[in-house]
Amino acid sequence: MSIRRKACIAGAYEHPTRKAPDKTVAQLHAECARGALEDAGLRLQDVDGYFCAGDAPGLGANSMADYLGLRPRHVDSTDTGGSAYLVHVSHAAQAIAMGKCNVALITLAGRPRSEGSSGVAPRLVGAGTPDVPWEAPYAPVTVNMYALAANRHMHEYGTTSEQLAWIKVAAATHAQHNPNAMLREPVTVDDVLASPMISDPLHRLDCCVVSDGGGALVVVRPEIARSLKRPVVNVLGAGEAIKGQLNGQVDLTFSGAAWSGPRAFEEAGIKPSDIQYASIYDSFTITVLMQIEDLGFCEKGKGGRFVADGNLISGVGKLPFNTDGGGLCNNHPANRGGITKVIEAVRQLRGEAHQKVQVRDCSLALAQGTGGLLGSRHGSATLIMERA
Amino acid sequence: MTTTYQDRPLGSAVHDDATEPFFAATAAGSLRIKVCISCRKPHWYPRALCPYCLGDTEWREATGKGGIYSVSVTRRAGPIPYAIAYVRLDEGVTMLSNIVDCDLDSLRIGQRVHVVFKPAEDKAMIPMFAPDQG
Repeated sequence: MSIRRKACIAGAYEHPTRKAPDKTVAQLHAECARGALEDAGLRLQDVDGYFCAGDAPGLGANSMADYLGLRPRHVDSTDTGGSAYLVHVSHAAQAIAMGKCNVALITLAGRPRSEGSSGVAPRLVGAGTPDVPWEAPYAPVTVNMYALAANRHMHEYGTTSEQLAWIKVAAATHAQHNPNAMLREPVTVDDVLASPMISDPLHRLDCCVVSDGGGALVVVRPEIARSLKRPVVNVLGAGEAIKGQLNGQVDLTFSGAAWSGPRAFEEAGIKPSDIQYASIYDSFTITVLMQIEDLGFCEKGKGGRFVADGNLISGVGKLPFNTDGGGLCNNHPANRGGITKVIEAVRQLRGEAHQKVQVRDCSLALAQGTGGLLGSRHGSATLIMERA
Repeated sequence: MTTTYQDRPLGSAVHDDATEPFFAATAAGSLRIKVCISCRKPHWYPRALCPYCLGDTEWREATGKGGIYSVSVTRRAGPIPYAIAYVRLDEGVTMLSNIVDCDLDSLRIGQRVHVVFKPAEDKAMIPMFAPDQG
């Protein structure tokens, strides 16, 4: 059984705030839910499936479903870090195909900016996390667990800091057209290289922003989508994977996208070269480069050459990516960029991206998430969508 | 550029049934890894059950020698820069660690290293690695 064309994304909403010290995380979730339901043209009472992850306050979905006034008959609080919301779209499509729900609401929100979060602070982990005793003494922080992958990639394939910088240049080129983006100034390769070195080889401008905010999605049965006033966006295929340290056979040359990507393409029945727009998780520039290779947009090891010279810039290059500015420039709410990846892909498929970055006749799009830490253990999710 | 290694305060180690035999060994200057009693494969980080076959595991002394698989000098996560690295032990498993007692800017992937031990706040001895001479 496949989820191909069994469910549609009918509502998508990105919260415009980037700093919300005066709002609770629960309120931000609710504002995102309201926005996505309004976008779809559905009411709170229509929702019979609810999906959230670790950013949602409370135990699993219990607190937020109650706070939102929901009475779901299907719940799912799968947490794979920032990629969880792509997994949720897939699981929602499965639940709809199985008849377990008709209208699934997915919410994400957080205030890491107001709460002083940073990519160089120790990560908060639950008691009993089995890897912590063996790793915490060495001060793994978010940024260096990506830097290790970047240095190995450079060693194996000759990838350069200049090539990584092109990823940020492309994101910034797009962000200047997004009035809500945190960073709207265009940057050059030299600007990236001149920014402070945080953890070799990653500079400050190789890192995503820390922002407050959130987003929500509404996934529905196709008959419902066709009854609404919005353009119909079909879920075509999805893949998910967890990649860790492989029992000590650590291999930093690939990400979990090498496993989740082929599963999604097989289900969708298309190939990477068919994709017209891609939202690629951009916690750091290296994250983008590795996922692009692993998804098959170019050969393994040639990502550096692929992303250079503006190849990711809409209207310029072969693979327009993150046309909202992505996590590198626009928004990384709750330190989890998965939902915004789906939202911008939906905008592109509806023809509702900013006109300066809109891909012409965009009918096939991909969203890719990598949540957790690229250099140790992460959840990968790939989602392929089409305009009906 | 030269970034001379400086000792960084190490918080207390986690002491539980999973770690106690390990830290007992490091206190005596020995690095141990886990090997499966059934399939004989080594793994890292140490587990009670083998991640290849769920067999029971036992400790085995490692040589403490290996090579740098990847390394990054983290310069802005506090006042003291440090080198985080994956070290591939000669026994065939790769562990996260720090590279110490050297010029951090001189470190290279593939470089040979050997285990040294640095005291944590609770006096537990934490295995780290230093480059081999010449």
